[in-house]
Amino acid sequence: MGILEVKNVGKRFGGLQALNDVNLSVAENSVHAIIGPNGAGKSTLLNCFVGKLIPDTGSVMFDGQSVLGRKPYEINQMGISRVFQTPEIFADLTVMENMMIPCFAKRDGAFRMHAIESIPNEKDIIAKAEHMLEDMNLSDHRDMHAASMSRGDKRRLEIAMCLAQDPRLLLLDEPTAGMARADTNNTIDLLKRIKDERDITIAIIEHDMHVVFSLAERITVLAQGTPLVEDTPDNIKGHPKVREAYLGETQTAA
Amino acid sequence: MFGLNKRDTGLIAIVTVLVILAPFILNPFPEGSAMAQFNAGYPDLMQRFVIFGIFAIGFNLLFGLTGYLSFGHAAFLGVGSYGAIWMLKLFSLNVIPSIIMGVIVAGIFALAVGFVSLRRSGIYFSILTLAFAQMSYALAYSVLTPITGGETGLQIKSTDSPLLSNLEPGEIGRASLFGLDMRSSFEIEMGDWLFTFNTGYYLAGIVMILAFYLAIRITRSPFGMMLRAIKSNQQRLNYTGLNARPYTLAVFVISGMYAGLAGGLMVAMDTQVGPERMFWTASGEVVLMTILGGAGTLIGPVLGAGFIKYMENIISKINKGILEQWFAFMPDGIEDLLITLVYPFVGKGWHLTLGLMFMAVVIFLPGGLVEGGQRIGRVFRRRDRKSEHAEADAAKQRNTPAE
Repeated sequence: MGILEVKNVGKRFGGLQALNDVNLSVAENSVHAIIGPNGAGKSTLLNCFVGKLIPDTGSVMFDGQSVLGRKPYEINQMGISRVFQTPEIFADLTVMENMMIPCFAKRDGAFRMHAIESIPNEKDIIAKAEHMLEDMNLSDHRDMHAASMSRGDKRRLEIAMCLAQDPRLLLLDEPTAGMARADTNNTIDLLKRIKDERDITIAIIEHDMHVVFSLAERITVLAQGTPLVEDTPDNIKGHPKVREAYLGETQTAA
Repeated sequence: MFGLNKRDTGLIAIVTVLVILAPFILNPFPEGSAMAQFNAGYPDLMQRFVIFGIFAIGFNLLFGLTGYLSFGHAAFLGVGSYGAIWMLKLFSLNVIPSIIMGVIVAGIFALAVGFVSLRRSGIYFSILTLAFAQMSYALAYSVLTPITGGETGLQIKSTDSPLLSNLEPGEIGRASLFGLDMRSSFEIEMGDWLFTFNTGYYLAGIVMILAFYLAIRITRSPFGMMLRAIKSNQQRLNYTGLNARPYTLAVFVISGMYAGLAGGLMVAMDTQVGPERMFWTASGEVVLMTILGGAGTLIGPVLGAGFIKYMENIISKINKGILEQWFAFMPDGIEDLLITLVYPFVGKGWHLTLGLMFMAVVIFLPGGLVEGGQRIGRVFRRRDRKSEHAEADAAKQRNTPAE
């Protein structure tokens, strides 16, 4: 039984069957990649995990509890954090403030009326946030506006914000999209380190095969809303169905 | 001090000094001089400065921090006023319970309006709040006449005999603070100058300082940080396990209570209420004040409120006769020309001046008057640094032996 169990999930947008009978099991403490050509339904599937979309059919269970019908913030409080394709951070706030917000969310829950307390008195929050910044090598940017950081730094900040909540499942939506090779490699190293240091499950959607094969322990290939195969990276590499899906050899084979 | 950092303590100290010394500061010109009409140090106007300051501070907590633009905030001010005047009419002529009642009533009303309006954001939120405010205005005007007095509004009448008062039959009650009449003033004459110290003004001023202090605390708190996060990226906030709704609702209610506080104080100063207090232009005015002063800054809304109220009361009083006085030293033709040119901008035309200034601020100083102040400050600092450099260079040259 995996930490994330997806059963018979289907989702239709008008005439388009975006997801069709998707079954998926992400094992605890593994790195599971979901790959597939454009329009395969990867992002739709991810959105069904985090409460942005509700599938028409099927179930999504996280740690034995259904996530369907819950709000994004509730699902996050259950232990699922999400990293977006373009870094979603609080651009108008300082880097330190960005880092403190998830720390508050972890400690105080979805809402707390702490309107009279002053931030400098929140010693434990400050300590945790500073530790996270140091760990991610962002301490130099502490008092900078998050908007003025480089793309790679924003990505690291977003990952740090997700990790500050000690999530059990980290979802990454094309974390290296639009990055230079060097930044991509840094991100791979960072994710490897996170994997080694923490008890965390990582599910990753990715186009870049280099990233996928450096990180993933299991790979699910999605095509036209349906999982084609699920296997280890080595088996996926030479799999004929995968090549078919990616290179469009269906017709020549038939 | 008081849980504030050095800069904020300095800010509130300055505001406190300004409020206390306002009767002097706002009356710089001697009585009877040609400039005396620019004096703003009379009780009625000073009260308006601080009361609208409170209103704008509260509005800015909502708009400046979360970015939710309420276009119906005058409704809370009006509802608070009605609550306050009923307290004066029925319960006690002491203004404290009546102000508290104004705050409570406005808070409850804001809870209801916010609960519905905050289901939407952006322009739809603004329209919903506007709809609520116009509905309140229309109701106060018509079907709610038994409670609101309709078109004539409510005032303390000779027939009112509040529970905790011993008025002679037929005597009209006066609002007071533990026996201190709100309208009592005492005047100091210093040479040609006349300074007026008014009880009502000082009560409102102290309340404004407290309200300002509370607003700073809220802005600097973790709660305030969450509100800024809502403005910055609501999506990230949701995916960080935080529920934006209760945060926005809480600040909406706080903001409504500030408006109610302002409404209650208005009643305490001048014991009457009419529905026009809730009209949409009144809601628009507080938006103007906040943006003009600098939305999201601490002191901006207070400056904006003061600025607009000054224009409204001072510029609007300049009439043709006064212009003729000013330009009397010019040759006749030029005098007439100048009067014709200036006239549309003063007197009843003060809105034109305000509109032009508002446009100028929005276009050239998006951060409002506060940004203007900062820019001026920066220019001076740069000039200081330049002159230091120049001196240093000069010193260097002096030390270099001539070849």
